[in-house]
Amino acid sequence: MKLKSIFLCVIFLGLISCKKEVAKNEKTNIDTSHITVKSYDYNELKPLLEKKDDKTYVINFWATWCAPCVKELPAFEKLNKQYASKNVEVLLVSLDFPKQVEKKLIPFIARKNLQSKVVLLDDINEDVWIKAIDSSWSGAIPATIIYNKDRRNFYEKTFDYQTLESELQTFLKQ
Amino acid sequence: MMKLLKLIVLLTSIGLFTAFTLTSVGTGYKIGDSIEDFSLLNTNDAMVSLGDYENAKGFIIIFTCNTCPYSVANEDRIIALDTKYKTQGFPVIAINPNDPAVVPDDSFEKMKVRVQEKGFTFPYLLDVGQKVYPKFGATKTPEVYIVTQNDLKVQYIGAIDNSSRDATKVTEKYVENAVAALLANKKIEKTKTSAIGCSIKKQ
Repeated sequence: MKLKSIFLCVIFLGLISCKKEVAKNEKTNIDTSHITVKSYDYNELKPLLEKKDDKTYVINFWATWCAPCVKELPAFEKLNKQYASKNVEVLLVSLDFPKQVEKKLIPFIARKNLQSKVVLLDDINEDVWIKAIDSSWSGAIPATIIYNKDRRNFYEKTFDYQTLESELQTFLKQ
Repeated sequence: MMKLLKLIVLLTSIGLFTAFTLTSVGTGYKIGDSIEDFSLLNTNDAMVSLGDYENAKGFIIIFTCNTCPYSVANEDRIIALDTKYKTQGFPVIAINPNDPAVVPDDSFEKMKVRVQEKGFTFPYLLDVGQKVYPKFGATKTPEVYIVTQNDLKVQYIGAIDNSSRDATKVTEKYVENAVAALLANKKIEKTKTSAIGCSIKKQ
């Protein structure tokens, strides 16, 4: 009984803090109405991971609750900005909980003013698609793919801007 | 100058590659390896070793923590596994591999709180000094290793089931299938599966 009330309190506190966040958003005039995040299953996402055009793609698997992912996001955002004119595109594939898209993911995108494209990967059978994305992937995030029509590399690691940029450079030199 | 740069890049990549392989890929227990027993502190302040469980047939060792949402989403499933299989000789042993200095909410005190809140029926051990999880080669939470008791051999590595984010969508229970196979002296069909998880936090 005691546990139940503690649990309820926690939920209640959670609700309050969410409300505060919304209020803060309103105060700073952050409008989330223009933000939508498309949800893909793996078969729908797959074509985005193997395009054969002239661009180089940087695909980052992340989630709002993943601290090291959030920490490295600015590097991907900067890369997206700096290399947009150089045929490079960044795609942020969120592994947030589908139920938290409205509550967490979209407000996060608004708050951080993310410019890179964000999609949600919502697919059970992780075992199938994790192995399909890369046989070496343990499933830990963050994880990143850099690819173009000639080459593809998978990284189960965190990046800072410098390392990310020098890795991207090796794709652009070819 | 270019040559020097190239050399630096090369050396850095070798450095990174080595660091990477040492910590996550290539090392750690594989299916069929015998594990080294450990002695870790439980939330009831007692030390726990696999050797303490003389009557067990094996162990469902799960690296998990308080803070990873994928771990939290699996807590009820972990309790259910322990409830179902402890009596059949396969108890759950949960280990928190995170460094509390990096993730304060994964501290030993906070672990005690979580055990009370959720009513964990199994030991919840802290990998003090992070010496145990690297031997397993665990990279994330949650991650399961099923080990048989007599030979301490690894029989299964991976996910609890095929839908970590949503328990209502599970169609394949990997850990249950593996334990059931071991209990029936049958071959485990899937010995290695993957799931999304939170990287283990270290300094």
